[in-house]
Amino acid sequence: MAILARAGADALRAHLAGLPALPPHTRLRGPEIGLVMLRGRMGGDGAPFNLSEATATRCTVEMEGRMGHATVLGRDLAQAELAAAIDAALQSPALRGPLLDHVIEPLAEAQAEARDRTARRAEATRVQFFTMATMR
Amino acid sequence: MYVSVKGGETAIGHAHAWLAEARRGDPALPELTVAQIEEQLALAVDRVMAEGACADRGLAALALKQARGDSTEAAFLLRAYRTTLPRFGYTLPVDTGAMAIQRRISSTYKDLPGGQVLGPTFDYTHRLLDFALAAEGLDPPPPAEAEQGAQRMPQVTEILAQEGLMAPDAPSNAEPPDLTREPLAFPANRALRLQAMARGDEGFLLSLGYSTQRGYGNAHPFVGEIRMGEVSVEIEPPELGFAIDIGDMVVTECQMVNQFVGNAEAPPQFTRGYGLVVGQNERKAMAMALVDRALRAPELGEEATAPAQSPEFVLYHCDNVESTGFVEHLKLPHYVDFQSELEKIRAIRARWFAERTE
Repeated sequence: MAILARAGADALRAHLAGLPALPPHTRLRGPEIGLVMLRGRMGGDGAPFNLSEATATRCTVEMEGRMGHATVLGRDLAQAELAAAIDAALQSPALRGPLLDHVIEPLAEAQAEARDRTARRAEATRVQFFTMATMR
Repeated sequence: MYVSVKGGETAIGHAHAWLAEARRGDPALPELTVAQIEEQLALAVDRVMAEGACADRGLAALALKQARGDSTEAAFLLRAYRTTLPRFGYTLPVDTGAMAIQRRISSTYKDLPGGQVLGPTFDYTHRLLDFALAAEGLDPPPPAEAEQGAQRMPQVTEILAQEGLMAPDAPSNAEPPDLTREPLAFPANRALRLQAMARGDEGFLLSLGYSTQRGYGNAHPFVGEIRMGEVSVEIEPPELGFAIDIGDMVVTECQMVNQFVGNAEAPPQFTRGYGLVVGQNERKAMAMALVDRALRAPELGEEATAPAQSPEFVLYHCDNVESTGFVEHLKLPHYVDFQSELEKIRAIRARWFAERTE
């Protein structure tokens, strides 16, 4: 779910293109756009507080008797519906393997690569400060 | 008090048509796209999204375009839009300790675990206008990349807390109040104050934070840590019964370390002020942390004398959508009110002149 939540509709469609079409699904709810209230913790580790709302999109589908559900940050209706359909399809023993190999794994790799690139850029800006004479 | 009036539809229609033309500017120039605003005016977008209290960069960029770059007007547009959407629920509290760090600095420890990582910052630039940016088509070189990515970075307050030098924020899962559901009421607990400031006006909080440094509130703060990067957001939908990750959100966090207190029960130790803002907004996070600490005066046994230490003063005035609403309502027709004022002052003046001619 974490991986599907970070992949736009275009990326999901591109990865699904290499597979036979998913079985048809019925929309049970949505896709609909709404809000989630983000929470933080005081001091980073204390009691929770409400920080800000954020847009989110959710969708629930039924595919061959299996329920698929997705909630993703943002307003990409197609992403939420595709993610819910993939969620349902992943519960089918026949579809699970190919979906993991052709959709989930490559997306996970691309996302890990993007995260790693950010981390490497951050690391390149790491400084070593040397203390000089006292300044006030 | 203002009164309702009728009429003026034609003039209003013409004014709005002119506004649309003024918004577009010189038609000989290409029109800005919302995506360009989102990508290239990123900090303006982040500010609108924080003050609009609706984290969605695309919507904030659209609001900025519609508002002709007026950030308060844009925040107002976002606040209005959010009222049209259903609320799905609350997220689990984000774990800023597990942030994918883009920037992390401390002014209290030179060599802290995880190191000082500058990230994409204006700090150490010379603040000289860069005329190369006025020429188009010059793509910047790609930023440098290290062999290995930055590692997990413990929070500075964790380091101080291990030594017992930092007053802990009691771990708790108490349900916090929500300003968007219940109107602001006093006394306001710290959770409510933090929510109000997270959506508060950056300029107002900056000035108040500054006032605490200049002596209105007696603050002696250190930046324990500032960090900015992506945190993952999780919700627990009732239909699933377990938490799912719904994506990443960039947030900026500031931990201010402040003068120690001590009383009969607690030994002298450092106390914290905390700032957390959606998007990249370091100035706002720092100002919020300063004011958060100032507002904790009563709980820490300090005398509250300065504006920044007054919850009513800070919370009733930090929201720029509310502030602008009340200031700008003065533009509405006050004809009846003013008519009575006119009659009153004419009467008083008549008496004043009469007394002098007697």
